[in-house]
Amino acid sequence: MFGKLTWDAIPLHQPIPLITVCILMVGIAGVLTIVSWKGWWPYLWREWITSTDHKRIGVMYVILALVMLLRGFADAIMMRAQLALAAGHAAGYLPPEHYNQIFSAHGTIMIFFVGMTFVVGLMNFVLPLQLGVRDVAFPVLNSVSFWLTAAGVLLVNLSLGVGEFARTGWLAYPPLSEIAYSPGVGVDYYLWSLQISGLGTLLSGINLTTTILKLRAPGMGYGRMPVFCWTALASNLLIVAAFPILTATFAMLLLDRYLGFHFFTNDGGGNPMMYINLIWAWGHPEVYILILPAFGVFSEVIATFSAKPLFGYRSMVMATMAICVLSFMVWLHHFFTMGAGANVNAFFGIATMIIAVPTGVKVFNWLFTMYGGSIRFTTPIYWAIGFMITFVIGGMTGVLMAIPPADFVLHNSLFLIAHFHNVIIGGVLFGVMAGYTYWFPKAFGFTLHEGLGKAVFWCWFVGFYLAFMPLYALGLMGATRRMQHYADPTWQPLMMVALGGAVVILVGIVLTVVQLVVSIRTRETRRDLTGDPWNGRTLEWSVSSPPPEWNFALLPTVVGPDAFWNAKRHPSLRNAAPRLVALTVPKRSALGFCVAFFMAILGFSSIWHIWWLAMVGLFGAIAVTLRHAWRTELEDCVSIATIAEHEHAHSPQAGRA
Amino acid sequence: MNTLVDVVSAEIPVGVPLSERGPAPKRIVAAFGFWLFLLSDIIIFAGLFAAYAVLCGATDGGPSAVELFDKRHVLIETGCLLASSFTCGMMMIAADRRETVLTYSWALVTAGLGIAFLSLEFSEFAHMVHQGAGPTRSAFLSSFFTLVGTHGAHVTAGIAWLAIMMAQVGTLGFRPMVIRRMLCFSLFWHALYIVWIGVFTVVYLGAHA
Repeated sequence: MFGKLTWDAIPLHQPIPLITVCILMVGIAGVLTIVSWKGWWPYLWREWITSTDHKRIGVMYVILALVMLLRGFADAIMMRAQLALAAGHAAGYLPPEHYNQIFSAHGTIMIFFVGMTFVVGLMNFVLPLQLGVRDVAFPVLNSVSFWLTAAGVLLVNLSLGVGEFARTGWLAYPPLSEIAYSPGVGVDYYLWSLQISGLGTLLSGINLTTTILKLRAPGMGYGRMPVFCWTALASNLLIVAAFPILTATFAMLLLDRYLGFHFFTNDGGGNPMMYINLIWAWGHPEVYILILPAFGVFSEVIATFSAKPLFGYRSMVMATMAICVLSFMVWLHHFFTMGAGANVNAFFGIATMIIAVPTGVKVFNWLFTMYGGSIRFTTPIYWAIGFMITFVIGGMTGVLMAIPPADFVLHNSLFLIAHFHNVIIGGVLFGVMAGYTYWFPKAFGFTLHEGLGKAVFWCWFVGFYLAFMPLYALGLMGATRRMQHYADPTWQPLMMVALGGAVVILVGIVLTVVQLVVSIRTRETRRDLTGDPWNGRTLEWSVSSPPPEWNFALLPTVVGPDAFWNAKRHPSLRNAAPRLVALTVPKRSALGFCVAFFMAILGFSSIWHIWWLAMVGLFGAIAVTLRHAWRTELEDCVSIATIAEHEHAHSPQAGRA
Repeated sequence: MNTLVDVVSAEIPVGVPLSERGPAPKRIVAAFGFWLFLLSDIIIFAGLFAAYAVLCGATDGGPSAVELFDKRHVLIETGCLLASSFTCGMMMIAADRRETVLTYSWALVTAGLGIAFLSLEFSEFAHMVHQGAGPTRSAFLSSFFTLVGTHGAHVTAGIAWLAIMMAQVGTLGFRPMVIRRMLCFSLFWHALYIVWIGVFTVVYLGAHA
């Protein structure tokens, strides 16, 4: 009746997960009680859960990412604390089987549910506004994508309290992840949660690519798109081209585990190295899926706060698209030690080094944009400058490891860990934090507290160097990754420094929450009434903050790059008294929530081999989709009176009054 | 989907470059999005083809491709699918002309050919499993059953989709929404035939001693 699920799945005899789960349950119960007590459910259901508005969905993605950042960081600081303790004869406080789950969960969560979720959230929110259109190409599908991601998040977190998570590392390499060596449900949690959320990501990639290529305001040719749109285009093209490889690879591993196939097994002629090749054919483009939109954020932020057009727009676009293509040609550098031979390794080593060229072009473009500009030192530009310094260091250690002989020494050492945290924290995380601060007033109508924002930046910046520079040294000293204990006590001082860095980052994360609370409480003093708090250059700043549901009462007509900046400079380009027309917005839809609900059931019951329930999940998802397919009223009409009322309340004159 | 095309963009004069004419009409947007979906689907098949190419020699002492495949059987399968692509095209022409009865008839023929294809495939699979050459026998057979089976699962989904589309034609009529979906279906069906050409060539014709 309940498959493999028994009371043993609850970690009653493991104090650390048990206490964590109890705290989480109390927290969730508290939130649910408050929401029910205040009677917020109808509002949440109508305005958020069933919303098809790309801005609302974008905000929900970002909230989900921030919550998961807490979870992923909790894993990180536990690992750092363990390694600060477990030298020589000391065993530390985490048993190996738990430690292995923690580093696997940390990587999985940080890449899929913090990095991807944050980046997709920013793109969702910003793209239609920058392109000058009213929504993404498929608004209901957008809601489905978000809720599938949320279903994946739910499954990963369920593994804390019911069963276990994978102990295989964040990419679940076989043969370790095969049923023979990982007979528990950990790898199944990993696979099902990533299959479900990966489907959401793929649909989102299709949606946003279609939006950029087919829905742009009149006059917005490719050469006039903001650079963030270009980097988002590259990122979403990579999603469409790379995520299916992940889906296929995981499907093969699932067949191995569930039906006894022999794709990656040791016996039966299986080939584990094929998994490593396939997973990195997705995995290397994946890092560019994350970093390219961050590059786009920095391009917007640096141009805006330097009050100059971006230096070398065309070269920036070329560099972006070059990275997009090259990202598919370097996957083998993740396993030079596989033994593919000198010539193959040399090819992939050189291909990897070539990627540094377009990336270098970008860094110089940003520097030249700032050169001679009148720079305003706001929080986003702090993140941007911190990024340029940090990312260049991370990039250089990457090029170092692209040399196969050097990689043979550094492979799977803490040097590698330091390298990819150097580019992911210094690149992606700094980028999304810059974007969060930059677009926050657009989403909510008030700015974030500047002083606290800068404090957050300094904590992350200093904390990053303290936490990861020692890891470069430790890696050269021979420390390996995924190590729960080490014999050499001379490593301990550096491990302590790294823990100190993690604590500084913790302060930064706490300050992020404080900044949010303080900013909300003092929002009346920091209202953005003009819609353009930063003297922006692109179209999202031409509408009110927050924008109306329909974004643009009249689609703007674009005549050149930096459309809004030019419109501000040349009043003739602005339509003084627009002739308003009635328009339609997509109806809200519960499809996304319902499909994700059934998919979560499908995932959970497949993990525990509860086959009747898996059928309920599968046919439930199909049934709600079919029901949706017969909906004929897909749009709500917005009357001219409503639009006129909004336009009047947010006209520039009203803003200044 | 919302109306992303309004009066403003419709008024743009000719002579403006295509990329600057504003949001594309809904039909273009839907079809383009579906093309991207097909691209991603084909990449899933590319992953499975790659796995087959790597593993097709890994028979683990079990039967090999030459011993198992009956090319004549597969040729009939291919013929069914090719004919169904043609009848699918006929169905779309009938739908364009809003001829309900003809649309149903061609859809029925298409689905029938699809079912014929599936039953031939099923009999081949059943025969192999009966011989002790099931997917758990060797890595070669795992990859064969997964690649060909995934294509079969797509054909099954396609037939179900076609049945749903006929129900939509019956209940909702030939409204633009239904026509757009039928357009997407026909793209899907033709894409499946293209994938099958890959399967036929790589798997069945590629099997030689």
